[in-house]
Amino acid sequence: MSDLSDLLSTGTEVPSHAPWPRALVGTRAWEEAGRLLAAGKLTLLGLWGEAGFAHMAVLGGPAPAEVAVLSVACRDGAYPSIGRLHAPAIRLERAARDLFRLAPVGLPDTRRWLVHGAATEPYEFLPVEGEDLHQIPVGPVHAGVIEPGHFRFTCDGETVVRLEARLGYTHKGVEALLAGADFAQAARIAGRISGDSTVAYAWAFACAVEAAAGVTVPARAVLLRGLMAELERLANHLGDVGGICNDAAFAIMLVHCGLLRERVLRTNAACFGHRLAMDCVVPGGVAVDLSPEGAAAVRALLAELDKRFPPLVALYDTTTSLQDRTVGTGHVDKALARQWGAGGPVGRASGRSFDVRRDLAYPPYDRLTFTVPVLEAGDVDARVWLRIKEIEQSRALIAQILRELQPGEIRLPDDALAVATGREGMALVEAFRGDVLAWLRVGDDGTIARCHFRDASWFQWPLLEAAIEGNIVADFPLCNKSFNCSYSGHDL
Amino acid sequence: MYRLLFETLLRGPVTEALPADPELAALGAQLDAAARRKLGRGLAIREVDTGSCNGCELEVNALGNSFYDLERFGLRFVASPRHADVLLVTGPVAKNMREALERTYRATPSPKWVVAAGDCAAGCGVYANSPACVGSVAAVVPVDIHIKGCPPTPVQLLQGLLALLTPPSREIAGQL
Repeated sequence: MSDLSDLLSTGTEVPSHAPWPRALVGTRAWEEAGRLLAAGKLTLLGLWGEAGFAHMAVLGGPAPAEVAVLSVACRDGAYPSIGRLHAPAIRLERAARDLFRLAPVGLPDTRRWLVHGAATEPYEFLPVEGEDLHQIPVGPVHAGVIEPGHFRFTCDGETVVRLEARLGYTHKGVEALLAGADFAQAARIAGRISGDSTVAYAWAFACAVEAAAGVTVPARAVLLRGLMAELERLANHLGDVGGICNDAAFAIMLVHCGLLRERVLRTNAACFGHRLAMDCVVPGGVAVDLSPEGAAAVRALLAELDKRFPPLVALYDTTTSLQDRTVGTGHVDKALARQWGAGGPVGRASGRSFDVRRDLAYPPYDRLTFTVPVLEAGDVDARVWLRIKEIEQSRALIAQILRELQPGEIRLPDDALAVATGREGMALVEAFRGDVLAWLRVGDDGTIARCHFRDASWFQWPLLEAAIEGNIVADFPLCNKSFNCSYSGHDL
Repeated sequence: MYRLLFETLLRGPVTEALPADPELAALGAQLDAAARRKLGRGLAIREVDTGSCNGCELEVNALGNSFYDLERFGLRFVASPRHADVLLVTGPVAKNMREALERTYRATPSPKWVVAAGDCAAGCGVYANSPACVGSVAAVVPVDIHIKGCPPTPVQLLQGLLALLTPPSREIAGQL
């Protein structure tokens, strides 16, 4: 018996939840889960609320990875805080408090998080004391073309002694809008939670609906989803590798990576009619089929990549002035990455070997061959190399998918999903920045009763605050870009 | 690096030759003339994300890649609203961003224009009726032009910026 099954056995299992178990547990088991999280025996996957209940998704393992959802009833809106025991839950509990008025008893930080309230309402940043310290407030409107957030730097000369981020500026009521939406509308909203991960979000949503319905998607649709997701990963990683180098004032990498990124987007447009492949993954399958011309465009893209990308890798590898900026900068400790369950390149560049495509393999990845690169150094340089290696893996995956594609259906008939009515589904999908969690309950009228998304950034943003400590202010853009966390995906 | 630079030199510019796309060519010429007449050699743009999903930011950033090369038209992004002629606003206006948008608008010296880029900025898109949003950009600051698209493509963005500079076309730019 694992720790996780012990916990589940103390509660009442919810029969309509798929594909992983969910159990309604008492406060004792709930707090025990918090202690297991703190002891590193479980990893937090998410924590969210709804009227009267708090839910927590946890990962057991390491091998085989197990997933479960624990739910606790909130008498008078209160439940025992997990953040009190395990810091990664703090921001999630602050968010659930803002959105569902659930009071985590013992939560050490009770400031608002996603709902800021009136503009006149002050936000107390953590106190800082010391001689010669000064503060630099940055944002929410930034100097670059990026999303809004506020960063409060406390510095001693040029050295950052503390960074505190305040997020939530792009909070736009995603979960409130999802409640009551039909599948088609909810899929459109899911695809606009974080535009750069539109395929991953739409896929996570579709998977959760399909899990609730207990249906299997046609093989061709599954491969096409994989194709779209790997093209998305390719485009984003190319943009990030260029962007990180540009933030170290090495613009030639941005220019050349930007060209390749544009080629990927144009391939998307040629294949799927949209540069980001938005609204292409839908519950039950995909909305657009790949034509023979589309497949040829993807092959041409791979040929272009094979020709143009290796010289850029060599350029990064041999430019010592650039590596002088990236090596050793923005270090994330391995223990911290493990404690926070950091996914994506941030976690994997700090030794946390976790990739949903491999560890909780979902089709088509369960029958494709690829490796999950992991590095130990945990600095900006490691995060660059990790993306370079993942670009190579995505390139190989795309070639495999093209070989595997057979003619066939691309979508289930709409009425196939009607059996999801009154049931619950969950999914984890590997987006380019890490695992996206989707959880939903379908109401008796067939619309979404409650739907929650958790971006990988929730467990990466706090590590950025740790990574910048002791670095100079001028290296913040470099560190930030090497994380490339989502604001919109986090702010919901 | 020298090898890459040399090869790039031999390959020539990848910036798309304007005659290959008559629409973009005409656009570029008009924009160039209009921008010069009004603002000398440049139009400075400050981007403000008031709640976008970041899809619009991706395409706004793409304007800077070598295919579109925004700066050849005299358009450039600046780091501060105090240096800007144009606020390019994306996203529905989240309640949490309302004050930031108002303050950014006030910090931008006149004459100034506001471009609401993308379906969310123009009409809230899928975020219409959200309890966490104020509304579209026009609900908070005066908007000179809307650019449709979810997200607008780089060409649509260029078309919108041109329409801004060639009055009396203040209506909504059509889809390409």
